[in-house]
Amino acid sequence: MKTFLDEVNERIGGVPIQRCYHCRKCTAGCPVAFVMEYNPNKVIKMIQMGKRDEVLGSSTIWLCASCETCITRCPNEVDIARMMDVLRQMALESGKGSKEKSVLAFHEAFLSSIKSGGRLNEPVMMVNYKLKSGDLFSDMALGLDMFSKGKLSLFGPKTKDVASVRKIFERTKTA
Amino acid sequence: MKVSIYPGCSAHGTAKEYSQSIEAVSRALGIETHEIDDWSCCGATSAHSTNYKLSVALPARNLMIAQKKGLDVMIPCAACFNRFKSAQHHIEKDRALRAEVESIVGGTYTDGISIRNPIDIIANDIGVDALEKKVVKKLEGLKPVSYYGCLLLRPPEVCRFDDHENPVLLDKLLAACGAEVKKWSFKTDCCGGSLSISRTDIVGKMVNKLAAMAKEAGANCIVTACPLCMANLDMRADAGLKMPVFYFTELLALAMGLPGPEKWFKLHITDPLPLVRSLKLM
Repeated sequence: MKTFLDEVNERIGGVPIQRCYHCRKCTAGCPVAFVMEYNPNKVIKMIQMGKRDEVLGSSTIWLCASCETCITRCPNEVDIARMMDVLRQMALESGKGSKEKSVLAFHEAFLSSIKSGGRLNEPVMMVNYKLKSGDLFSDMALGLDMFSKGKLSLFGPKTKDVASVRKIFERTKTA
Repeated sequence: MKVSIYPGCSAHGTAKEYSQSIEAVSRALGIETHEIDDWSCCGATSAHSTNYKLSVALPARNLMIAQKKGLDVMIPCAACFNRFKSAQHHIEKDRALRAEVESIVGGTYTDGISIRNPIDIIANDIGVDALEKKVVKKLEGLKPVSYYGCLLLRPPEVCRFDDHENPVLLDKLLAACGAEVKKWSFKTDCCGGSLSISRTDIVGKMVNKLAAMAKEAGANCIVTACPLCMANLDMRADAGLKMPVFYFTELLALAMGLPGPEKWFKLHITDPLPLVRSLKLM
């Protein structure tokens, strides 16, 4: 039977993460380590120990900002940024969802806007995000300021062949 | 030179001033831009965080359209640039993935199209000297720090147009415009990117650090080439730390005496006009 480690390695498709010798360069350079539940190198160790639920249920994987500093500096070429993507995807596919509800709500609102118009409509995405996250009142003053400056456009041009974009969403559906 | 241009979704909204200044600067420097026909979103962080194949297929749809023209593709938005480069990297090294993406998108992918950022095109194809010759108003008194953020240069084997720890091209372009560019160690640090809306608290801490370090370096403004960095630095830093943030193309346009800067600066959240006027640059 495939272990959690095997599964993660297979999906990353790069060097096996057990090459990590815990020099902690990734953690030292990580700009969001200060709010993470587990540091990036600790996540690797936890995967090796088979701690599937703890890893997939952690906030760490959703707070990773995908800045790719870790993979750029890793002396062993362990692709931690890709590993975080893989873990987020596994969390969604396993039905665990996200411990960081607002982060996932943002991604869903973003993608649903693209699916509907082919391109992102920023104001519509924001309304959609607020409804999904329940965070109704943050950024209201900022939003109004941007709106009055003409920085937000309600009727930006859409992709004409939006059907071809929707087809991509249909054909790549995972859950 | 002729290029295809991929404007990206923010071009019509929050990054309007970037898009308009890119067009103005391109025209002035002899870069003829052709918008990719009926382009669609690259998927950004939201796609690659949640669905790998979607994150490759969305840029691939645009690449397949662009390939028909065969021109280099210029992508001003750092986030779109990064997604396109990554998708290309994955498709071109993995034959099975390429076949799958072709069937998902419903088209044929051809190798080797060149995906480029305007910093690279202006510095390396047009040249710093040629830019300097077009400068009519030196940006004297402007003390910028160059801020690349994450997405232009990482991972280095994919992006590769400037040094990934201490990039210098943006410094050179700004110096050619007469600005007194300040050195600092945070050129490629992260601003928090897409956490801006969902975890504003975290992003606030990240941009406060950047703004404080820019001030310590003696800068009076920050210069970027990324709509996400711009939004975060312009909106999310604490009042006491905020300083004007510019897209590099806005400053190039100002130095070249092109029309537009005043209109663009009015779109910023942190008003740069007091600084620009106090230096008599406008």
